[in-house]
Amino acid sequence: MASDIGALDTFPKLLLHHAAVRGERPAIREKDLGIWQTWSWSQFAEEVRILACAFAEEGLKRGDHMALVGDNRPRIYAAMCAAQCLGAVPVPMYQDAVAAEMAFPIQNAEIGHALAEDQEQVDKLLEILPQCPTLKHIYYDDPRGLRHYAQPQLASYDRLREIGVEARRRDPDFIEREIAKGTGDDAAAMFFTSGTTATPKGVVLTHHALIDRARAAAEMEGLTDRDAVIAYLPPAWIGQNIFSYAQPLVVGYCICCPESAETLMTDMREIGPTYYFAPPRVLEALLTQVSIRMEDAGLIKRAMYRHYMEVARRVGGAILDGKKVGFMDRLRYALGDIFVYGPLRNVLGMSRVRVAYTAGEAIGPDLFKFYRSIGINLKQLYGSTETSVFVCVQPNGMVKPDTVGPAVRGVELKFTPQRELLIRSPGLFKEYYKNPQATAEAKDREGWFHTGDAGYFDADGQLKIIDRVKDVGKLNDGTLFAPKYLENKLKFFPYVKEAVAFGHGRDRVCAFINIDMEAVGNWAERRKLAYTGYVDLASRPEVRDLIAECVEQVNADLASDPELAGSQIHRFLLLHKELDADDGELTRTRKVRRGHIAEKYAALVDALYGGKDSVHVEAQVRYEDGRTAQISADLAIRDARTFAPSAARKAA
Amino acid sequence: MSETEAHGARIGAPILAVEGVSLTFGGVRALSEVSFDVREREVRAIIGPNGAGKSSMLNVLNGFYQPQRGVIRFRGREFHGMRPRAAAEMGIGRTFQNIALFRGMSVLDNIMVGRNMKMRGNVLQEALWLPAARREEIEHRHAVEEIIDFLEIQHVRRTPVGRLPYGLQKRVELARALAMEPSVLLLDEPMAGMNLEEKQDMCRFILDVNDHYGTTIVLIEHDMGVVMDISDRVVVLDYGRLIADGAPDVVRGDQAVIDAYLGVAH
Repeated sequence: MASDIGALDTFPKLLLHHAAVRGERPAIREKDLGIWQTWSWSQFAEEVRILACAFAEEGLKRGDHMALVGDNRPRIYAAMCAAQCLGAVPVPMYQDAVAAEMAFPIQNAEIGHALAEDQEQVDKLLEILPQCPTLKHIYYDDPRGLRHYAQPQLASYDRLREIGVEARRRDPDFIEREIAKGTGDDAAAMFFTSGTTATPKGVVLTHHALIDRARAAAEMEGLTDRDAVIAYLPPAWIGQNIFSYAQPLVVGYCICCPESAETLMTDMREIGPTYYFAPPRVLEALLTQVSIRMEDAGLIKRAMYRHYMEVARRVGGAILDGKKVGFMDRLRYALGDIFVYGPLRNVLGMSRVRVAYTAGEAIGPDLFKFYRSIGINLKQLYGSTETSVFVCVQPNGMVKPDTVGPAVRGVELKFTPQRELLIRSPGLFKEYYKNPQATAEAKDREGWFHTGDAGYFDADGQLKIIDRVKDVGKLNDGTLFAPKYLENKLKFFPYVKEAVAFGHGRDRVCAFINIDMEAVGNWAERRKLAYTGYVDLASRPEVRDLIAECVEQVNADLASDPELAGSQIHRFLLLHKELDADDGELTRTRKVRRGHIAEKYAALVDALYGGKDSVHVEAQVRYEDGRTAQISADLAIRDARTFAPSAARKAA
Repeated sequence: MSETEAHGARIGAPILAVEGVSLTFGGVRALSEVSFDVREREVRAIIGPNGAGKSSMLNVLNGFYQPQRGVIRFRGREFHGMRPRAAAEMGIGRTFQNIALFRGMSVLDNIMVGRNMKMRGNVLQEALWLPAARREEIEHRHAVEEIIDFLEIQHVRRTPVGRLPYGLQKRVELARALAMEPSVLLLDEPMAGMNLEEKQDMCRFILDVNDHYGTTIVLIEHDMGVVMDISDRVVVLDYGRLIADGAPDVVRGDQAVIDAYLGVAH
């Protein structure tokens, strides 16, 4: 088998290979009208051939771009492959983007053909049609609501198919000839990076890059054609594309498309995927759901859940890692598996999950350990659109909550003196489309990709990402200061809503903290602590003690990390108001604007470093209706215990 | 194709009409001498203040009440009173103001009930689960699934109706009425008690049903705003009498209607 892999250098060639080798195996499933409908690999290949013929008839040429706008649907993936058959480049677009955001990619890539999922997407494309003169053909999958549309650009998927069937009858070998022309160095797809900071950039990835990375990770995890994945994140996101297009085509496993976003949980339970990806926020939402339902459960069930989750917390992770665990604990865990963990995995639709990944943002250690403790092999990975995802993956048995694993086969990593991570890998992108300047900035002449992420290798040789390079600073003694890393560590505590760390160019680290009104309010009520509102609650000494415990735990944790032990948080204060995007303190995506806050609350920062015990503030707050008011308060400043590096390691 | 052109082609000849219908309960006149017609594939609204006789009118159309005077014409046939079963068999479906679903049954089963009129198998076939019965079940289930898909209620397919929020229950009721594939659909305050978003959703579904299945729709509402946006023609009742009939814009400007809604001394 290994010998013919060299020839299978594009996705269409892989498709034909699967159709020949495992033609009857399921390629893609979709729940439609309450029933899972299956396309086998040979059916999928046939659909792709017909579509490709149709696209060729409609004038799609080698090197052209084609927009795909929609959710995970078999026909969207078929169109992706069909475009690739002709040497055209599919451009998946976010289905929840507003019309204006769709205009740029279409103009930038001079897109002439687009496949839209339904009326909603068609409407958006029609709206931007005047700004996008190149867009001549819009096809739609679901005809609902589109009967009265008479725009000449529109055609239904069924009509497209008719064209394809007819064209294929005239020249049956056309597609095979076209597929044979393709090479691994051709562009396979283009993904637009979300342009929160600047105009979006089209990341061009070749067949070779995607196939190589997909294969490296698949081999590492031992994926086979018996595996199944549920496709539920936007296809325009590189991760979903890797898991539900590139890897299935490399390995031959089955992609499952849920009926709708709302039915995902049920659909997942029915399908039982073996391979799963979820960003931390999804995992957190699932855990919240479980917790809420457990609170409503009967007394016995609740007691059982508590008891066995405690067992799992103690030994579950170790058992999953294959470490030595005593016989009695193994027995307890086995019982727990029967009574609690097994049923819980079933409810989550994760009974068959062999490999689960999370990535995208920092994940709280408790959240991460929860999934591992109930026997779900959740691991972290590191990668981005520019790297075809797989840069680092944690191998089985070497899983930690705060690292992302060692480099995957084929990847070289190094750091600049500023600790910026540089990557060289066969999976690197070819270029930013029509943006040679940005390409040159991101990828140097020796082929190193500058990630903009700062990090280092920990004692086990696993990569640890701490912050963006531009935010990383240094204390006066030269210690590394990674504010976001510290802030995230604080925010993993339910009582902390937001945190802002200061330390660059200073002797020590200090922090502002926003308490989480709901969590702390709950905590206060259980202690019969009366309070009137946020300001009152935040000024309670009891609350200060509570938060001090959190800070000290973070410090203890930091002490065990030789790189960051020096950046423990010495002093903190609880802010008198919640940081708010309306006051310019957070971005719209709720990231703290550290510079702005430092300026606005310069008096507070000075007080933290000036050794005072309290500071008086008067601040203007703006209400949602536009009125403003003055708040004045005395904020107490509290010292937090810090730990000597060696002592803490013993304690941990 | 322009908007008006599509509109013109859509609406056909009158298929349902009431002529001089009067309905009394003891000494109370619920309806007096009401006449209007409903054209094929149009959205026809009956509006009016509380107690104007809207629901009574719908119940007459559907055969729930027998009017003392007047006739109902449906597809050229004349009736002095309908029977609910007969009305249903002729293709008149309806929903109720205060939701009449089987609360303990799942959404799927509730909609399946709507297929009752279409089932041909006998008790014996069903009980023994003979191939014919099985085929029929699959056929009906397919039809029900199409409706579930159409009204976007896949996520609650297996949920007992009693556990659903109000707005969704209303949608399930619409689904059940659609399951009998009616040619005329009577909707009794489909948007009552809903928030704005739910109302907008419901409007969209009503228009979609009308457009996709070509179903003629007669709906009652007392919220004027919503109705005016989706109806082709509007009948206004007040104290059991018809006080206006016409296109929404015409009705909106009618002095009698304004008086009825704002209230003047009678």
